[in-house]
Formats: sequence, C-alpha cells, structure tokens
Amino acid sequence: MAWTRKILRVNLTEGTCVSEPLNMDWALKYLGQRGLGTKYLMEEIDPKVDPLSPDNKMIFATGPLTGTCASTAGRYSVITKGALTGAIACSNSGGYFGAELKFAGWDMIIFEGKSEKPVYLCIIDDKAELLSAEGLWGKSVWDTDAAIKATHQEPMMHIAAIGVAGEKGNMYACIVNDLHRAAGRSGVGAVMGSKNLKAVAVRGTGGVSVEDFGAFMKSTEAGKKALAENAVTGEGLPAYGTQVLMNVINESGALPTRNFRDVQFESANDISAEAMAEPRRSDGKPNLLTNQACFSCTIACGRISQIDKDHFSVVNKPEYWGAEGGLEYEAAWALGAATGVKDLEALTYANYICNEQGYDPISFGSTLAAAMDMYEEGVLTKKDTGGVELKFGSAEMLTKMADLTGTMEGFGEQLGLGSKRLCEKYGRPELSMTVKGQEFPAYDPRGIQGMGLTYATSNRGACHLRSYTVSSEILGIPEKTDPLSTDGKAGLVKAFQDATAAVDSAGLCIFTTFAWTLEDIAPQVDAACEGNWTPDTLMEAGERIWNMERNFNLAAGFSGKDDELPKRLMKDAAKTGPAKGMVSGLDKMLPEYYEVRGWNTKGVPTEETLSRLGV
Amino acid sequence: MQKTLVIDPGKCTGCKQCELACSYVKEGSFNPSKSRIRVFDFHTEGRFVPYTCTQCDEAWCQQACPVDAITTDPVSGVKQVHENLCVGCKVCTIACPFGTINYNVASGKVVKCDHCGGDPECVKACPTQAILYSDVEQAGYDKMQQWAGKTDNAAPANSA
Repeated sequence: MAWTRKILRVNLTEGTCVSEPLNMDWALKYLGQRGLGTKYLMEEIDPKVDPLSPDNKMIFATGPLTGTCASTAGRYSVITKGALTGAIACSNSGGYFGAELKFAGWDMIIFEGKSEKPVYLCIIDDKAELLSAEGLWGKSVWDTDAAIKATHQEPMMHIAAIGVAGEKGNMYACIVNDLHRAAGRSGVGAVMGSKNLKAVAVRGTGGVSVEDFGAFMKSTEAGKKALAENAVTGEGLPAYGTQVLMNVINESGALPTRNFRDVQFESANDISAEAMAEPRRSDGKPNLLTNQACFSCTIACGRISQIDKDHFSVVNKPEYWGAEGGLEYEAAWALGAATGVKDLEALTYANYICNEQGYDPISFGSTLAAAMDMYEEGVLTKKDTGGVELKFGSAEMLTKMADLTGTMEGFGEQLGLGSKRLCEKYGRPELSMTVKGQEFPAYDPRGIQGMGLTYATSNRGACHLRSYTVSSEILGIPEKTDPLSTDGKAGLVKAFQDATAAVDSAGLCIFTTFAWTLEDIAPQVDAACEGNWTPDTLMEAGERIWNMERNFNLAAGFSGKDDELPKRLMKDAAKTGPAKGMVSGLDKMLPEYYEVRGWNTKGVPTEETLSRLGV
Repeated sequence: MQKTLVIDPGKCTGCKQCELACSYVKEGSFNPSKSRIRVFDFHTEGRFVPYTCTQCDEAWCQQACPVDAITTDPVSGVKQVHENLCVGCKVCTIACPFGTINYNVASGKVVKCDHCGGDPECVKACPTQAILYSDVEQAGYDKMQQWAGKTDNAAPANSA
C-alpha cells in the first residue's frame, strides 16, 4: 500500500517513457529504495559494464515510507554502477524531491541508454516526458532549477539536477536536488551526465497511503516522541547539525588532518559548529543563519548559512550573499581539516560551489588534500597546477580550486579525476586515501578502529554511512565500545551494516538511528506495508541486501584483495591524541568479519549463506 | 473563548509535518498539495513561513459566495464551507485577498482551514511549536513579551 506499485522506465536512447508495475515479489524481499533499486540494477545490467557507457543504468528509487508522515520519510536513492569506483553505487538524498516523486505516483525511475542530445525528464503526476535541455547544458544546478520552474510556471516543482561538473565527467559529480541536498557519493552525477540527462523535474499532486493508518499514526507518533526526547536527535543535531562532531572527533584523536598525516587538527574549533554559531569578528553576525528540515523530518539538522559580504571569497559577488546550504560535518572536515584550511567562510564558499556545480565535497576535499601532499613532496609543481601554490592551509587556494573543479577547468580538471586516479597519474598511488577508489570521510581508522573495517568492507568504497560505528565507539549508542580496540568490531560492523541497509531501503534517514533501533522502525514499516516486518525480518533484509551488493562487486571484478586500507593507516602510527602510537588493526578484524558474514577466507559469500538469505 | 492559529515563522524548519497532518485528516492520505496550511520556503532569506486562513471577521470569501455556502460558526468564528451548498464556482477564490481558500478538483468544491472543529491537527503535528492554537484576543502576547524585554531600561548599560 505504501508503494505506489508503479515504475517509470525511461529509455534515453529511444526517448521513451513507459509505466510498468513494480515487482512486488522483490519489494517484499528488498523493501524499497537501496535494496529494491539494487535488485533491479543487479537483474538488468552486467556488473562488468563501463559505468559511463550507455549500457549502465541509473535508478532513482524511493522507499515505501517516502512521502508519509513518519519522521524523516522523504528520502530517495540513486543506484547505479559508480563512475568513481566501478562498484555498486547507492547515494541517498533528502530534501523534498523524493517525496514529490511519490506524490506524482512513482516508486522508481529506471534510466537506460543515452540521449543523443541533452534532455531533462519532466514528470507532472502520471505524465512523463523528455524535453530538450540544450538551453540548460552548461548551466549550474541552481540556474537549472530556476530555469525549469520558470519554463513550466511551476514554483512547486522539485528538481534534481547535475551542474557543469556532472556534464564534464568529474568522477565524483553528484546529483543535487532542492538546491543543496545531494545524492552525493560515488560519482552518480557523472553517470547522469554521461547519459546527457541534465535534470529530473517533478510535480506530484496525488497522495501516499499506508496499509493501516491507525497503527501507522500511532507508531510514527511514538517514533517522533523518541526523537524529540533523545539528546542527539532532539538537541544536538537541530542546534549544531552534524558539525557537533568536529571538536568531539578531534579530541578523540580521529580527525584526519592534511591527508591523514595527522589525526588531530590544531584549528578544529575554528571550523566547528560552535564557531558557526558565534558572531563573526568581521561583521558581528554568525555564519549559521538557521536550521532546516528535509521533508517530514522532525530532527532538522540541515544548516543554512550566510557568508560575510566582505569575505574575499564573495566580495563583489552578490549572488552568494543570500542564505544557502551551510557546512555539514563531513564537508567541513574535507574542505577544512583534510586540507589544513581553517577559514570557516572560505569553507562555506567552497561548499556552496559544490552544491552549485554538483560535486561531492568529501571527495573533492580529500582529492585536493592528496594533491597538496604531492605538491609538498615536490611530485606536483606549479607547472602542473597552473601556477597555484598548492600548500596545506591556503584558503585562497581552496576557493580557487573549488571554482575550477566546478567547471572542470585548469587544474580543476585534474582534481575532478578523484584522488586515486590523480595519485596514480603522478606515480604516488599510496598517497590516495581511498578504498575501492572512493575517498575517506572524516574519521581516522587509527583512532576509531571499527571505522577501518567499515571503510575496507564498504560496498560502495570508503564511506561512513554504511556502518556508522562512531555511534557506538565514540557516542556510546546503542552501547559504548572502546574505539581503540579491535575486539568485537567484526560483529559490530556487520550489525551496523545490515541494520543500515534496512533503514536505507525504507525511505528513512539514517540519523534517526541515534534514537531509534529496528524495534522503533519495524512497527512503522509494518503498519505501512504489506508483508511481515519485524526487527528480525528487517535485519534479514538488510543482510540480504549487503550480500547482494557484495555479489555485484565480485561480479564487477573486485575481490577480497580490495578490502584494504592505504599503507599510511596500516604503517604510520598516529602522532598525537588518545590513539598515539596506533595503526589500524584491519588485519586482525577482517578474517573475523568474513567469518561472521558467512563468507569464505577470500571474502566470497558461501553457498550456504546465499541460500539462507535467498539471494 | 475564540481561538486562532498563532504562527511563528522563526520556529518553522520547513519539515511539512503540518501539511501531512492536514492532508491526512482532510483527504485521507498524505498529500501536501491538498493541505489547507502551506509552508513557504524563502530560500535566500533562510526563512520558512507556514500560512493558512485567518478566519476574517467580515470574510471576502463569504461575502462573494453567490449561494451562501460559507457560514460563520457562532462560537469559534470559523468560516465553514458547506459542501452540500457549494457549487464550485470559485468566486470566493478570486475574492479572498490571501489565497487561502482553494478549489479541489476531486470534490468539485472549495476547501479551506476550519480549525479541524476546534482541535487543529497541524498544531499537534508541529515538532517545534511554530503553530499554536490560542485565545484570539491574546495572539500577540509572546511578541509583546519579546518587545517588552527589549524596552528594559537597563538595556543600554548592558550593551555598552
């Protein structure tokens, strides 16, 4: 019932849009969004396909709860073979776009082929058509959003688009919806650009129903109460956003600094949530203007910022003087600590450009950090960088490189390769802080051991959102484990991975899990959907999804050998903080992980495991 | 006592829980496009503003209606649309200066906020208390209190 039971299949080569029924047998096994979208991709493409070829497909998938009043139920994911990684990609986004797609009557859109000329997909309820985007090609995400709304005279449309970065094949380009929410990782925007698809615009006027309204209102009400009463979701996130972590992680000795040379950033406080809220010395106003919720979210962790008009990054550029999406923790870390830059306004500007031109600030900051590392080692010179001094800590250089990367000009084109390709190109692959080609987020595996295993085994390459063990190891949720110990981390990572896969498939935001367990989520899903959804069946669905994703990657050519971390994290000990003297204990955790997963010693799921899960 | 919806945009996060609650109770499904209350996003100002019918005393919609389908509840003062009388002519939607009475294609009638008969769902659904339901004669109390605080004689000394 919560599913609309309708899929839109868009063949870009033929220019056709066709409605087809949702496969309900799959929905009952894979729930929706991440799980169900991946199942469709798995069935429809050869995992060996070139991600940027017309043979790759790209799926926009909502969850069954998307569009309902369950807290945070506005999510959608983009599932494809990632441009950056060549692995399964599933990038999740909030805002209002996902819910609007549901209101238009669609669970999912499957894009296949490649359009000869630039197009955008316009959906108004059950009417879907491909329209020329030749006048939009070359425009930013923000200009595209405004132009499409003006063309259709539909201010209530919600739009997901790529910027110039996605058009020009930046390998970590994202798809940005509602101006500053993004399906951010693994280069899903590059895949979209390779199909000559500029945007998806949706207006929906239908309603979303659930199977049992009485039970649903009751369980969602209880869920919202739990979120409001929890210290993280009720106080920390609305007041400080995810940026609440900056000082906490720094004090834990797990804030990767200057391309993971260090694990603590001496200027962490300057780029923290606290700094965002304080009045600036320059103009007496704080960087943070207000918080914003995504659709249906009662947490409201989103940041809305305003840069000082006289800051060098925006002086004489009034288009950046208004309120825009501000820094989240991962972005502040990548643009700041990873590059050694402590100028909060410069970080905010770079973050704006990431949204405006559609590329991932995590991968960009990390790639820039790797380039700086090579510059300081003399591998890169001014000749390579177009005359720019690529030194750690330069705010002017950061904003300049953000501009160039957005339009893929000058050295920005090199940065658009991503850290792995860039470091390989200049003969220093070991300086690329990546797993399966994807750059690390903001937690150092030497200081938070579980995150090393998380990164190494993540199906979409290094990522914090596949098993956020920081929750347990630092915040003590649901229970405290020692961040410096490898004991029990294999089981912890597996549990987080499976539960997260279920949440990502429901239409909910993973941030709810600071307050919710599957005990809170299952009654909401069960009241909304056909099928029997309990904490156990959700966990099993999550495990099924994880193994399916693993199978995709194995078929794509990855193996257990790719479950590894860069040498720097395995050999160079942390220099300061609580983890001083430590390296990652991945070699201890990985064999244990394969065992608890029911995989053989090479990291391949056994027949027994696959048949138990019905993969 | 007559009550009114007291809206404080400064507390709104743009989550649309009010629209979801309204559309569920009025239309039977989650459908913001059919909500009687709507949240507006003034993006470049970083402001979200919920807006709905304020139940005018001398209501333009009521006076424009050619078939007297809009009446005033004598106790609450709420303007109600009687679906059995409404002919869907939409003249009220032209007359209303605020745009808060609108046509519903499915029913062929106009729809507007009716305070859910005295227990507004939007108020209960709002997670930040941006929408309250209070004594219409005291609707300005919180704002008065805020400004009263700013006129404290000690303020200039503090700010020195």
